Amino acid sequence: MYFKFKHIGIASLFLILFLGVAAKAEATDTELAKEQEQFNLKDMIFSHVLDAYEWHVITLPGDKHISIPLPVIVKSAERGWFVFSSSHLAHGYSYKGFQISHSDEYNGKIVEINSAGEEVRPFDISFTKNAASIVLSCTLLIIIFLSLAAGYKKDPLKGRKGIAGSLEMLTMYIYDDVIKPCVGENYRKFAPYLLTAFYFILLNNLLGLIPIFPGAANVTGNISVTLVLALITFFITNIFGNKEYWKEIFWPDVPVWLKVPIPIMPFIEILGMFTKPFALMVRLFANMLSGHFIILVLMGLIFIFANLAGNVVAGGVSVFSIAFSLFMLALDVLISFIQAYVFTMLSSIFIGLGQVKHHATH
Amino acid sequence: MELFTPEVGLIFWMLIPFLIVLFILGKYAWPMIIDGVDKRARFIDDSVRSAQEANERLTSIKEEGEAILAEARKEQMRILNETNQMRSDLIEEAKKQAQLEADNILSSAQITIQKEKEDILRQVRSEIASISIEIAEKVIRENLNTTAEQENMIDRLLQEINSTGKN
Repeated sequence: MYFKFKHIGIASLFLILFLGVAAKAEATDTELAKEQEQFNLKDMIFSHVLDAYEWHVITLPGDKHISIPLPVIVKSAERGWFVFSSSHLAHGYSYKGFQISHSDEYNGKIVEINSAGEEVRPFDISFTKNAASIVLSCTLLIIIFLSLAAGYKKDPLKGRKGIAGSLEMLTMYIYDDVIKPCVGENYRKFAPYLLTAFYFILLNNLLGLIPIFPGAANVTGNISVTLVLALITFFITNIFGNKEYWKEIFWPDVPVWLKVPIPIMPFIEILGMFTKPFALMVRLFANMLSGHFIILVLMGLIFIFANLAGNVVAGGVSVFSIAFSLFMLALDVLISFIQAYVFTMLSSIFIGLGQVKHHATH
Repeated sequence: MELFTPEVGLIFWMLIPFLIVLFILGKYAWPMIIDGVDKRARFIDDSVRSAQEANERLTSIKEEGEAILAEARKEQMRILNETNQMRSDLIEEAKKQAQLEADNILSSAQITIQKEKEDILRQVRSEIASISIEIAEKVIRENLNTTAEQENMIDRLLQEINSTGKN
């Protein structure tokens, strides 16, 4: 036990040093347009949770940024397609008429000035930080699960141990205890999507908690990502929905006056078709985003106190901040699993609702 | 606010890799893993069941063996009893036979003895008679000259001897 505590102690010391340097660097990074010495909590937080055109790795002392430039892919309405490295746009520079906006409307996004002199957004499918993180996690998923599957091909009767064993346990838990009972009898058909979604969310949630380079991207706390996942569930539910499902939407088992002449119940049911995936989207997004927020705010507190009351007070606050954010990180590990689980379970239930069987007439 | 507005670019970069992962894992990973686990579960179930059956069979074999043993023991007891009975019967029979034989021998011996005795007696008698006659001759040669007197004398003597012999 003593050694464990000692290790945790050393680890948290490094974390304090690292986060201190990172946050300080981040602070100076985002303050370019503002007053040099003022720490801006809002900018610090948003630069961490929002998507970016380059993947910022670390800022070394002396304002030296180390970032991985990512490809920018834009289509100007007037000039056509452009593909170039995001390093051209660093530090507010403009390249081929494109620059990163600081206006209220398009803050942080690539804009161009059109022939009418207005600031407009081009059609932008740049390979951003979150996109890179998604590709990274997808690659990891493929490597992990193809190698796991290869083991079953080689020797299906062997008992798995270690990581393979825990992955098998988790997979079969989701498969047997979530997908099977929630989807109902056609569960085999939908299991691949639900399992993929579960592990995609779980892996990205966990990667987002790692504070250093290949992690730290806020993928599952980004509404575009959760929108895509929710939409896939929505389409699967409705495309594979059977007759009984559509009957319950347009002619549910309620007193007739609720359906004719004013279709109150069908209206509510149709609304429900969209609110269910909407809830899926917002739940995952909000939960993961708030996790990032809390930790960033706790870290930011140190620098706010440093600005307000000097380094001694900040030192005291940092002890509290570090301890509390360690606790929040541990909690976020739990939340990462719970949110992946909840998303999978609710998706299973919604898909299962599309597979309802005709129940006995009362 | 940009936090809540979906980005076309990211939707695109989310959709494509996710669908690729879904396709690859759905085709080459999930079925293998699930089937593998199922196969193993079935194998374990079968193994447990066959072990149970083997155990049951073993128990029944044991019981059967015990039954056979008990039967054999009973048979053994029966045979032993029978043998005992037979032996005692045999002895009894032999004893009876022997008794009978002994009785026969005894009775025939008695008869023979009786006969011998009578023969001997007769011989003795005639011997004694002749001896007596001789003696008498020798005695009477001196005293009795007539045969008639002699004869009478002898008969009287014989009578006396007979009566004493019978007593």
